[in-house]
Amino acid sequence: MNYWPLLGVAIVVIGFVLRYNPVVVVVAAGIASGLLAGKPPGELLALLGESFVSNRALLMFAFTLPTIGLLERAGLREHACAWIERFHSLTLSRLLIIYLAARQLLSMVGLIDIAGHAQTVRPLLAPMAKSAAERTQGTMRREDMQRIDALAAATDNVGRFFGEDVFLAFGAVLLIQGFYAQNGIVLEPMQIALWALPTAIAAFVIHAIRIVVFQRRLARNDHA
Amino acid sequence: MLDLALFYWLLAAFLFYAGWRNARERRWLHAGFWGVLALLFAGGDWILAARKSGDALPAQLAGIGVIALALLAVGMRREHIEEAPLEQRRASAQRLGHWLFVPALLIPLVTVLVVLFGAKIQFGATPLFGDGSITLIGLALASVIAAIAAILVTRQPAMRAPAEGRRLLDTMGWAALLPLVLATLGGVFAASGVGEAIAALVSSAIPTDSRLACVLAYGLGMVLFTMIMGNAFAAFPVITAGIGLPLLIHQHGAAPGVLGALGMLTGYCGTLLTPMAANFNLVPAALLELDDPNAVIRAQVPTAIPLLLVNLLLMYWLAFR
Repeated sequence: MNYWPLLGVAIVVIGFVLRYNPVVVVVAAGIASGLLAGKPPGELLALLGESFVSNRALLMFAFTLPTIGLLERAGLREHACAWIERFHSLTLSRLLIIYLAARQLLSMVGLIDIAGHAQTVRPLLAPMAKSAAERTQGTMRREDMQRIDALAAATDNVGRFFGEDVFLAFGAVLLIQGFYAQNGIVLEPMQIALWALPTAIAAFVIHAIRIVVFQRRLARNDHA
Repeated sequence: MLDLALFYWLLAAFLFYAGWRNARERRWLHAGFWGVLALLFAGGDWILAARKSGDALPAQLAGIGVIALALLAVGMRREHIEEAPLEQRRASAQRLGHWLFVPALLIPLVTVLVVLFGAKIQFGATPLFGDGSITLIGLALASVIAAIAAILVTRQPAMRAPAEGRRLLDTMGWAALLPLVLATLGGVFAASGVGEAIAALVSSAIPTDSRLACVLAYGLGMVLFTMIMGNAFAAFPVITAGIGLPLLIHQHGAAPGVLGALGMLTGYCGTLLTPMAANFNLVPAALLELDDPNAVIRAQVPTAIPLLLVNLLLMYWLAFR
């Protein structure tokens, strides 16, 4: 067994940890592994080119950009924000759970960057969550306010991560498909994306329970 | 009639357009990057056909193109490209309301319709959809229809669509290419025997006859590598080549689609746990001016750990039905 090609894996790990440009790191790792496996340079170049070209499908998501860009120009993100603002009279837990569900559903249909930490969490969700908590708890300690901020950001991450994998054109689904195709296993993206649904549901249930528990604890601390 | 090659040409045209716009704005690195990529897309079928018939030269040129892309990526900076003014966007949002969601929703809707019914549509003896994955053709067609719908709904000139698409493409920059180069790496690793080497190492450490031990090694391997690299995409080709393919799919007969989807999502649990995924975990803590830079990770741990267990269980049950 020739273990030298494993140095390619080490290059990926070290390159990402040291924050070099990921594209260079990945291409360098491929070249290193190929050379260490004893491939002649000409053969390696052809392998690199063929492997890249046969994975072209992974850039298919770029087809959705003109639509999303045009809608953004016409106020897509502003409309989403106006929509979230309508929930200003909800309790903390309801607000965060509805946001979680909306974020997951929007990501599932490909509207992934419509929301996010800069777009919605800082300007909207975090302040709304804090004022919702203040309505029921009265004035709060600084550390509790910060915990609410952090939970709002976490809710956005969970909603995004465990929604986007259900969208067919998302990079992860196409990466899985492309990887298998390179190894002789042919799948349609839908055969992959559907299997992300059970985890999406589990993520919603687990995080929603945590939000409810968080609000109860907040209320209890207040009376203590 | 409509086959995948046609849409790759269309995509190449869009990439050429992005390169041309950058050239006009004297952003030469970006212009070169999208230009080389457009050539690789336009010449793709020819490169693969030549390689199959024994002519390696076009594929070698493509390999040089890939190396050129990597070198160009180093110099690319993310620049903010001017958007429509906020007041104008707000007014437009108020006027159009929920209509703004309609074109975007057409993308998944039309894709699913094409996948379900596309194979049955034909004109005379010619089927409407030709060679290539029906999902990808459906997605490309759906995106074109959605773009037309967006032009109609927003009443913008048609050329605004590629112009705004190019704005988003340049905002992503080289990051748009990351999934593609990682899949490429998966191919190179496979041909270089990296998978076999990892599998040999793992086999000496765990009882590979046990299905459970292999599932645990794969799931926890994804989490660990994602936490170290801060990116589940990067962990996927390494761990799946080393553990997923040889041990779970080939030896234990796991269903590849299930394993891939759940493996990636298990990696995502790792993303929730690591400061290496700075965009998701450290940047929001800074944006919200939190005292503890790891506050968002702390808020995510109690969700990530149970979800990780659920994923491992789902993998164990669903992949071996």
